Order: sequence, then structure tokens, then C-alpha cells
Amino acid sequence: MKIVVCIKQVPDTTEIKLNPVTGTLIRDGVPSIINPDDKGGLEMALQLKDKYNAHVTVITMGPPQADMALREALAMGADHAILLTDRKFAGADTLATSNALAGALRNIESDLIITGRQAIDGDTAQVGPQIAEHLDLPQVTYVESLEVLGDGNYQIRKWTEDGYEVVEVDGKVLITVLASSSKARYMNVKGIVEAYDHEVEVWGFDNITVDEACLGLKGSPTRVHKSFTKGVKSTGTQYEVSPEEAVDIIINKLKEKFVI
Amino acid sequence: MDNSLYKDVYIFAEQRDGVIQPVAFELTSKARELADNLGEKVVAILLGSDIKKEANSLIMQGADRVICADAIELKDYITEPYTQAIAQIAMDAKPSIILFGATTIGRDLAPRLSARMTTGLTADCTSLEISETRNLMMTRPAFGGNLMATIVCTEHRPQMSTVRPGVMRRIPMNPDATGVVDMFEVKFDSSKFKVKLIRKVKEERKGIDITEAKVLISAGRGVGSEAGLLAVNNLAKTLGAEISSSRALVDAGVVDHAVQVGQTGKTVRPDLYFACGISGAIQHISGMEESDCIIAINKDKFAPIFGVADLGIVADATKVLDLLSIRLKAEMTK
Repeated sequence: MKIVVCIKQVPDTTEIKLNPVTGTLIRDGVPSIINPDDKGGLEMALQLKDKYNAHVTVITMGPPQADMALREALAMGADHAILLTDRKFAGADTLATSNALAGALRNIESDLIITGRQAIDGDTAQVGPQIAEHLDLPQVTYVESLEVLGDGNYQIRKWTEDGYEVVEVDGKVLITVLASSSKARYMNVKGIVEAYDHEVEVWGFDNITVDEACLGLKGSPTRVHKSFTKGVKSTGTQYEVSPEEAVDIIINKLKEKFVI
Repeated sequence: MDNSLYKDVYIFAEQRDGVIQPVAFELTSKARELADNLGEKVVAILLGSDIKKEANSLIMQGADRVICADAIELKDYITEPYTQAIAQIAMDAKPSIILFGATTIGRDLAPRLSARMTTGLTADCTSLEISETRNLMMTRPAFGGNLMATIVCTEHRPQMSTVRPGVMRRIPMNPDATGVVDMFEVKFDSSKFKVKLIRKVKEERKGIDITEAKVLISAGRGVGSEAGLLAVNNLAKTLGAEISSSRALVDAGVVDHAVQVGQTGKTVRPDLYFACGISGAIQHISGMEESDCIIAINKDKFAPIFGVADLGIVADATKVLDLLSIRLKAEMTK
């Protein structure tokens, strides 16, 4: 069984703060991490490795620094790592990103492709299904768990707003996995040492199978018209008073709003 | 691509078990506003089995036309048959805009379609407007809500976006509204159907849907103690309110994820939002700032939650809530 896991290196958005004076993002010193849902997907792949001796390849598209995310994945137990990096990929929206990754995945043999549900820097949840479409593969999103059935098919449990669904898939599938599906393992010491000696393959445009017009800025139907930080809403009234006085103020407000 | 060949604002009318979901009516309301700006029509796409009878509710909500595909293959949502159906409808009708709910269904379907139709898709939009050049301006949060970005898709059609439930305001229905319902026959390629639904399981999630609540008492780290949670519970009971929470208490395992407000939880806009012991990380604020009235109680007078509160109380939330419950009970039995 061969599995490919697509991961993304992202800034830890919970650590991003706004400069209160200029209203701009403070990005300096924000740590880079493996996107949490992708890490959940990697853990799922590693559990299949433990159970069925599956071979796990991790791939990421990004700048050369994304090598760090791949080495962390190797230290967790992945067998092989590919860094997809090329100036031709720059400026890509989700569709162009999915085209580049699909171009690479066409050249990697696999029985199962795993991505995270969504990345915390964009929260779009689009790249996984878009890759599946380019590769003409079925998709199952919001995946909590996966079982391999006797005939090589998969039984998959997916999360929904009011419970869950169980589906069966014939043959090769792309799934998008939730971080909460399983607690990701830590890197082990032996893994960490070996991860630094391990070769990370670097692929560019010449290593993948895709029409160049589908990549980067040219291949992106959407573009950012403008970006801005949210204006602060006009502040209401703030009181520093005793609990008794506070309760009077709140009750008046509740009456004013006809809650009581 | 000649954009002028594409017109009208379409919405995907998501149904589950034959019931059109609230988000579909919210989208129809927004589509009405966009279509009026463009001088175009609102069209709802309704897919299902034995579903035609539901079409009129979309017309009452403001749709000029409903395109309905009725087929056993469309009874429950599965990616491929739904993608085939909408791709065929779009090929035939040439919509300028298609809006989807950002649900587990819409977020599975819309990206698949965007790749099949080679067009742009913008996820989780919080604001949609028409520009002077008649393009759709799609504004969404990025970087965990720290940044807002306005996205455009000028060279491809349809322009597609998803919108989270509860973000767009639903307008009142007009029972006298008229419109047309057209049936569409999908030509399925069943050789592509690789996913089979085995079973759907509904799990009892604690409490009601917080996006429907009129009054929310929302608990954060500052009321995470046993006494604090008891005070929150008491106040909710006294006011007949529902309880929601910030991410801190979900991560701590104290409350269920279903009641989490914010970027990774739900977007709410109740009449009254009571933020108790919530500091107000931007991820939380993005999920509740549209509430009609916000009362915040927090010990830290510099807590960011006070920046969006209509009424801010700097105090220990547990003490204030306990006292408030007692006073309210007295007030209500007067």
C-alpha cells in the first residue's frame, strides 16, 4: 500500500497579533508549523503504516524553507519526502496550487492520497477537492477515520454538522482529514537524527505533468483586490464598579433591549 | 471568455432529508440584493428526490426561478452526482454568480465544481458586493481572522463563493411572490460513482443550535471553574438563554465543540451576546461581533472583548453573574 500525504507549512495563526497603533499584522517571530489538519492526515497515514506496512510519501509545495516541515514529517515516521518548489508556482490561488500538486501526484504511484481538510492561514478547504477533480479521483472530505476493507476498498467515516456518515469507496481515493481525527505522534529521537541525513527530493516544473498555463499567477482565476485589517467598532461604555452596581447597569441594559 | 454571455445570480439550495437548510434562504436573501444591483434575476438550484414541492419556499424568499433536478441519485448528498448535476445546469444556463453555503456539503461540492469548470472560488465570504465594473467583490477573513481580503474573479465565469451559515441576514418571506419552477433532467455518468453512502448517523449534540439563539451566555476561561460554570448555567436558565463558549473551554474539554463561537466554531448574531470571562481573541470576535448587543464582563480592563462590547463591565464575572441571577429572579417575580 502506497500513501501520499500533502502537507503545508503555515504560520501559527494563533500567535499572530495586530499592531494596535498601525493596525497591521505582526508576522515577525511567528513560528512556522505543519498545518494541524495536515498533521492529522499524516498521523492517519502513519497508523496505516504501523498496521499494513504502508509506504508513506510526504509532499509539500512552498518556498525552500518548507523543507523543515518535511523533515518533521520524516522524523515522525514518513518514508520519503518531496519539496515542490519553483518560481513558476508563485502567486497561485487554490486552483493553481491544486494544479501544481496534481501535476506532481500524477508522477507518484499511490493507492491513497491524504490532505488536511483546510490550512489555518487560509481556511479555504478547497485544494484537496480540486486535486481530486484534476486527477479524476473520488473524494471524501472531513474524514475522521478510515478502514481498509479486504478487497482493497475503503470504509470511511466523515464528520457532519449533526453527526457522521459512513461511506465506502471503490479503489483509490483522495481524503481530507480533520486534525481531531487522531492525536499526532511526537517525533522520536532516532527519527530526528535520521531526518537530517534523509534526502528530501526537490521537484520543480520539469518534474511534474501539467500544462504551464494552469500554474502560478497566470493559472489563478481569483486575485486579491485588496486586503485590510478590520476597523475597530466604536467602543461602548466601560464601567469599573462594584458587582452590585454592575448588576444595576446590566439590568438597565436588559430592560432597554427588552430582554426582560 | 465573454463575460456578457453569463448572467443572473444563482444559489445552491442545500437540502438535507428533504428539508431546505436555513443557509439556502440566507443566500437567496443576499442574492436578491446582488441581482437587484445588477438588474438581473435570482435563480435557485434545488437538487433532490421528490423535492419539487419545496421549490415554492425559495420563490417566497425572493427567487425568480427555481431549477429543480429530481432524481434518486440526488436524494442524499454525494459529491459526484451533485457535481455532475450542477455542472450540467451551469453549462446550460451560464450563471454569472453561484453562491453556496459553507457547510460540510457546500465546502465539498463548490471546490470540486470550480475545478471542473475551471473558475475561481472564494471560501467563507463575510461580505459580497457588486463593483462598478459589475464584478463580485468577495470579502473574507484570512490568517485566522487577523486580516480581511477582498477577492475578485474577473476573467472567469461563474464567480463562485461559499458563505457560512448565519453570516447573511435572512429577509422576511413574501407569501404572494411569484416565480417559475423549471425541471432539469441530468444525464448521469454513473461510471464515475465510486462513493457509496452506507449510513447517516445523527448524534445528539448537547443543547440547541447556538446560531438560532436569541440570547447567548458565552463562557470563557475566566468562568472555567466549577463555580463559574454554575453561575453561567444559572443565568442561562433564568433568562431562558443558550450557552456558548470560546475556544479555551472547548480545548479544555469542558464544553462541546458544537457550542464554540469563532473562526473555528460558529458565527452567531443573537439579539444579546453575553461574553463572560472571554478575553476576545480576534478568532472569537470574528464569530460574534455582528450580535445586536454585546455585554462583556472581564477582570482585565484591557481585554480586546471590550473593543466590540456595547456595555463593558470590569469585574470578576462569576461574582457578577451570581448576583445578576438573584436580582433577575426577584425582578421577574415582581
